[in-house]
Amino acid sequence: MVERSYEKFFRQNRLPHLWCPGCGNGIVMKAIVQAIEKNPAYTQDNTVIVSGIGCSSRASGYMDFDTLHTAHGRAIPFATGVKLARPELNVIVITGDGDCTAIGGNHFIHGCRRNVDLTVILFNNNIYGMTGGQASPMTPLGKKATTAPYGSVDRPFDACKLAEAAGATYVARSTAFHVQHLVKMIEDGLNNRGFSFIEALVQCPTAYGRRNKMGDPAKMMAWMRDNAVMKNSWDKLPDEKKIGEKFPIGLFYKAESVDYDTAYQKVIDAAGGGAK
Amino acid sequence: MRKQLRLSGSGGQGVITAAIILAEAAVSEGKNAVQSQSYGPEARGGASKSEVIIDEEKIYHPHVKNPDFVLAMTQKAADKYFSDLNPEGTLILDDDLVPTSPDFKNIIRVPITKLAVEKLGKSLFANIVALGVIVKVTKLVDFETIKKSVATRVPPHTVEQNMKALQLGFDSV
Amino acid sequence: MSARLMQGNEAIAEGALKAGVRFFGGYPITPSTEIAESLAKLLPKFGGTFVQMEDEIASMGVVLGASLAGKKVLTASSGPGISLKQELIGYASAAEIPVVIVNVQRVGPSTGQPTAPSQGDVMQARWGTHGDHSIIVLSPWSVREAFDLAVKSVNYAERFRSPVILLTDEIVGHLRENVELPAEVEIYPRRTPKISRAEGYQPYAPDEDLVPNVANFGEGYHIHVTGLIHDDTGFPSGSPKVTREAIKRMHEKISRAEDEIIEVHQEFMDDAEFAVVSFGGTSRTAYEAVLNARKRGIKIGFVRLITIFPFAEKIIRELSKNLRGLIVAELNFGQLVNEVERAVAGQCAVKLCAKYDMTIFEPEEIETSIDELIAEVNGNG
Repeated sequence: MVERSYEKFFRQNRLPHLWCPGCGNGIVMKAIVQAIEKNPAYTQDNTVIVSGIGCSSRASGYMDFDTLHTAHGRAIPFATGVKLARPELNVIVITGDGDCTAIGGNHFIHGCRRNVDLTVILFNNNIYGMTGGQASPMTPLGKKATTAPYGSVDRPFDACKLAEAAGATYVARSTAFHVQHLVKMIEDGLNNRGFSFIEALVQCPTAYGRRNKMGDPAKMMAWMRDNAVMKNSWDKLPDEKKIGEKFPIGLFYKAESVDYDTAYQKVIDAAGGGAK
Repeated sequence: MRKQLRLSGSGGQGVITAAIILAEAAVSEGKNAVQSQSYGPEARGGASKSEVIIDEEKIYHPHVKNPDFVLAMTQKAADKYFSDLNPEGTLILDDDLVPTSPDFKNIIRVPITKLAVEKLGKSLFANIVALGVIVKVTKLVDFETIKKSVATRVPPHTVEQNMKALQLGFDSV
Repeated sequence: MSARLMQGNEAIAEGALKAGVRFFGGYPITPSTEIAESLAKLLPKFGGTFVQMEDEIASMGVVLGASLAGKKVLTASSGPGISLKQELIGYASAAEIPVVIVNVQRVGPSTGQPTAPSQGDVMQARWGTHGDHSIIVLSPWSVREAFDLAVKSVNYAERFRSPVILLTDEIVGHLRENVELPAEVEIYPRRTPKISRAEGYQPYAPDEDLVPNVANFGEGYHIHVTGLIHDDTGFPSGSPKVTREAIKRMHEKISRAEDEIIEVHQEFMDDAEFAVVSFGGTSRTAYEAVLNARKRGIKIGFVRLITIFPFAEKIIRELSKNLRGLIVAELNFGQLVNEVERAVAGQCAVKLCAKYDMTIFEPEEIETSIDELIAEVNGNG
């Protein structure tokens, strides 16, 4: 019998989840609790899960913590409020590509800039799944969506590069195929005191894969296996080989920088306000 | 006895601060005071006006109509804000910055900004010089009271200079 | 404590602090900025937190997060910013999160006249966010009352777990006058769960006053908070019955306390045949107009709405039975007048005295309106 200790992190009475068969969101949700399980500083009582709106953001409802399912794009401001009000709480944000980089794009870059001690996990399915497959700012060029019936001409964001440029102090990417690696990337993000960003590529067979003839969920995951290149290998790869749909995964950036709570405690001290 | 004042100039001349200090002085003497202001669209350089009403009675409507005293620190302010002066009221003008006196009976011209520059080295003190003038002319608050109010408002390292500015204005009329 | 000169916006900051606010998130905007500036200075002195956010939406989000984590919270803005905040004002309504939103009104629509006074956001305060929702809206006429209503707003937000809008205006916000502030104020504490998880705690199960005792985050209750319509557990429900009951309770938790919430300042009403209804900064001018008219022998009263919403429907209806006519003086194109007309329901004449030109009323303008109303009612109009 396989050890399934992670099950205690879920609200069993809220399952099964609403995601489609073959969706990658459940894999990432499980990876999050497995990473939490490895970190004794994170308990179900002192950890708050905050999400936005969209398929991925429904994860908060299944997780047995204090959970906050906010408005579309606004997870990071809410999470910032929770964290600044109670710095001793651990705050994890679950968001999607549309939620985080379109309607929540400004909040995302400013969360990075402030280096608030949050761990933000972006479930990237390259599409708006909940509303039936509209193009997001992370839909690759040429891919089809209901709002890009001839293929998307909008240049997509690289959310990891965006996070790094905006000031995040931990930036990593993994996929729903590379489960152990994904858990490790999240685990390291939880350990970083500051704004940690992990992009997790997930397959959306219903709203994205089907429309783009990417095959069944297994084929979409095989695509992840075949195209993801570990950061170390990627860096050694000559430019002419970084072609096609190949993309890097792994830890992209890590920096030591003072987080917002620590910085603001100095303001309180300067004002003579004592402990928060 | 209700007294209404209008302090006007351009943004950055400190007329609003002067009005606040005057109102604070009145309040510290146990009187009722309201101070309101209007800026131009810009925080600096636009037209600036601040109004103070001082009364023993409660003050409701905060807008000054037919002021008893108007201070104008620019020609534009003088031309614009003297028109509804109480005919028995007083118009105080910065002598250098308001070359043309409006057609009004009681005008007091004081080289406010010039005094600040020549005696204190900075036009920054012009509003406090003006305050000295106002207190002397209006007799609304004691000179000692306004000194305390100025000292409380301004940065500690500038108190001495500001006291000189106040005295300069007070002695200039 | 002796009197001191204080600005309306500063008094709001002082009142909020006194009421226990320890978290402010905001974005700079004229003419509300002094509230943010005051709290940036004051909050850390009390171990509280001030954060300037990237926009008005984030400012709402951050205070709602902080409120759920147990802090009493406030945000402040004006027209354009209040428009942006509407999305999450609705969230606060739906998820029943205590929050106070100060609106220092300026001339709109859009960027409008940024430094000029207006009272054009009355109906927005009531209906600004989408969907059926309830709200409490209070409006001060003096610096002292700005302090008092800031305290009251925080207390109502906590008691009803509802957004409360402190609807002030540039007149009161930027006005400085002498005030004496109380050393102590009455404080409504954060509601807390009455039973444990083991005893079957449900975060959104209403208490006797119909308000739920939602646990703060980090206290082991593992609650779920959402903007979706939810049942007592806090989890989304697609049930028509749950939806109907949730929306009904949201309204009733406030409407059943209406008599307590609704405050109306009345003077000279004993012999009054007419009255001027006003609110906020305009009431200062209306008061002088009424005093002047009475000196001329006109039997006119003064009615000032301190609580704008819930609307003082019963009070206005009762008053109108004994009056020949009402003036509604407001610094807009005519908003509150519609509520007054609805309450009066034809029992006396209602005349709008409106102004929307960047300047505040002069007493004479309201007096002219009074004279016109009397002439109209007497049939000489």
